[in-house]
Amino acid sequence: MKAAVVVFPGSNCDRDLAVALRAAGADVSMVWHKDSDLPSGVDLVAVPGGFSFGDYLRCGAIAAQSPVCRAVAAHATRGGYVLGICNGFQILTETGLLPGALLRNAGLKYICRTVALRVETTDSAFTAGYRQGDVLDVPIAHHDGNYHADADTLALLRDADRVAFRYGANPNGSADDIAGILSSNRRVLGMMPHPERASDAGHGGTDGAALFRALTDALATA
Amino acid sequence: MKARVHVMLKAGVLDPQGEAVRHALATMGFAGVEGVRQGKVIDLELAEGTSEAAVRDMCEKLLANTVIESYSVEMTG
Repeated sequence: MKAAVVVFPGSNCDRDLAVALRAAGADVSMVWHKDSDLPSGVDLVAVPGGFSFGDYLRCGAIAAQSPVCRAVAAHATRGGYVLGICNGFQILTETGLLPGALLRNAGLKYICRTVALRVETTDSAFTAGYRQGDVLDVPIAHHDGNYHADADTLALLRDADRVAFRYGANPNGSADDIAGILSSNRRVLGMMPHPERASDAGHGGTDGAALFRALTDALATA
Repeated sequence: MKARVHVMLKAGVLDPQGEAVRHALATMGFAGVEGVRQGKVIDLELAEGTSEAAVRDMCEKLLANTVIESYSVEMTG
């Protein structure tokens, strides 16, 4: 699997994400936000966490208008895989690749701790390595992770089995306890928790590693 | 010429910052504050002849996220 990790000014999980993808066997290249093309033959674009453009205006709003994001949108439109984690999830909602928006945490505080994350569907290349109902220990680290969508969108996400992960105990006020969602073709995943920070024994847990392994398995021949 | 853009969270979207401000005002003894909504004001300095339609396009594409926010544009000569 060929993966590209997008780097914005203010990204800070880009290298961790590359390490997690390489550990799972991916061939990873880094792509700068001003690049208007992705490396040829890329199967997965990974949009990392951090504070792209200082979170100015809204989290992810300015990154979503960058040249590389036009290439990411074109990749997704062609049926390519995209993974957005934390700020990456915010960017994917700002680009319109995923529905809804991430609001300020209901408790107003930045939250950095490990939470229980329930796997809601195994019907995606991202979650095929888990069993439905598995509860994972995965860190969150965000100030704006409170998922919001209108009632029709929430119903659509539920009915189409597009909620990938829910929080065990809702830390941030997210609608329907949503921690991660899939696109309608199930090839774009956005999630607030950080699986790349739970991918090595040195992290204190490896529950996130199966996500990257499942992706490399699914896309090995893609 | 100038334009002033107001961006507010839509009605029905929880505004935890506004709520925190409301609590603080009540704690300070200001009675009768029944709700607080916090938004943004963005002032644009524009080349002569820039249309309100162009500013609205800026709002739709960047200045507001219309999934959660509404906006209004005031052209101020």
